[in-house]
Amino acid sequence: MSTAVLRRRPLVKRVLAGAGDDLLVIAGLGSSNWDVTEAGDRPLNMPMWGGTGATVPMGLGLALAQPAKRVLVFTGDGDMLMSLGSLATVATKQPDNLAICVLDNEKFGETGNQATHTSPRNNGPTDSGAGTDLSVVARGCGIGDVGVVREEREIAQLVKDLRTRKGPVFRVAKVMVEKLDFVMPPQDGAHLKDRFRRALLGQP
Amino acid sequence: MNVATTIDWRDQIFEVFQDHDIRQVYHVPDAGHSRLIEACQRSNSIRTVPLTTEEEGVALAAGAWLGGQRAALLMQISGVGNTVNLLGLTKTLRFPFLTLITMRGDYGEFNSWQYPMGQATPRVLATMGVQIYSVDRPEDAKASVDAAARAAFNAGQAAAVLLRQKLIGIKDFAGTKSS
Repeated sequence: MSTAVLRRRPLVKRVLAGAGDDLLVIAGLGSSNWDVTEAGDRPLNMPMWGGTGATVPMGLGLALAQPAKRVLVFTGDGDMLMSLGSLATVATKQPDNLAICVLDNEKFGETGNQATHTSPRNNGPTDSGAGTDLSVVARGCGIGDVGVVREEREIAQLVKDLRTRKGPVFRVAKVMVEKLDFVMPPQDGAHLKDRFRRALLGQP
Repeated sequence: MNVATTIDWRDQIFEVFQDHDIRQVYHVPDAGHSRLIEACQRSNSIRTVPLTTEEEGVALAAGAWLGGQRAALLMQISGVGNTVNLLGLTKTLRFPFLTLITMRGDYGEFNSWQYPMGQATPRVLATMGVQIYSVDRPEDAKASVDAAARAAFNAGQAAAVLLRQKLIGIKDFAGTKSS
């Protein structure tokens, strides 16, 4: 069993509190999408309904296009594991406006809570992973500012780091396995894209 | 012969990129694209991003478009195989997507390992709903890339330019020993 004590929804809500026009948010498919949407659906959120592995590189493309805005990527450990190479790609550009927060519950939550590679190695026959530390992976890829957050008292600093610290910032938040309601944004991808662009650029 | 046709076709493609205000170019190392990649790297208006796998380039292009910038992905046939699932984003998000693909396993290929993906590439792209602009003569390169860029950026389409092996040349291993 994971020893995590942090709850993902209140954490995401605190990070996004008071989000204004200068904060652009990409949310990975599945739980991260529902978390960000519960914090408040807004045009400058791009919540993903599919495309595993796309979240971080999409955040990078956006960060390069909008250097004056803060780009914040929330995603899960499963999505991050499928796109580890994109951390090296982020590192080649060192975007100072990009922050990535992995909500790591050590499970593939959407498919029935199978262990991901971030689960400990000796967790029994059906729940073992590799003990992969995504923050170490990110540092190894060339992102200097990385960290792991496990305690409630660290959240205030996490909020500051994700919202304002010079990027690229990479944080892993170890969160509990929870059964939570689906809180869904609009599903139409073209609509989500158009409303994002209209809010940001004034045209779809 | 007018002046334009004396310019190398790869330099003409770079001019098309500038004409269409392409601001982000993603690439993997590639002999066929190397001259274009270097032109983009030297450009003041274009950010180039090296990828670890080509699917990153599809997602990067989506992000760039969300932020108001146009992008192009330069890859080889093997990259087409790597991008398949994320090519779906071009349909779900309906964003402009332009890719230039250098062909192997196509025309006079000596390496049998290149044929499966090379031969499948046009069908894979078509299956994912990507329009194909095929170029095998240098004099067609500029117009084809321009047409693909118009389809992408003016009409929101996913468009791929196939730079055929007849155009880029057969990799010549003459003189190498095989056991």
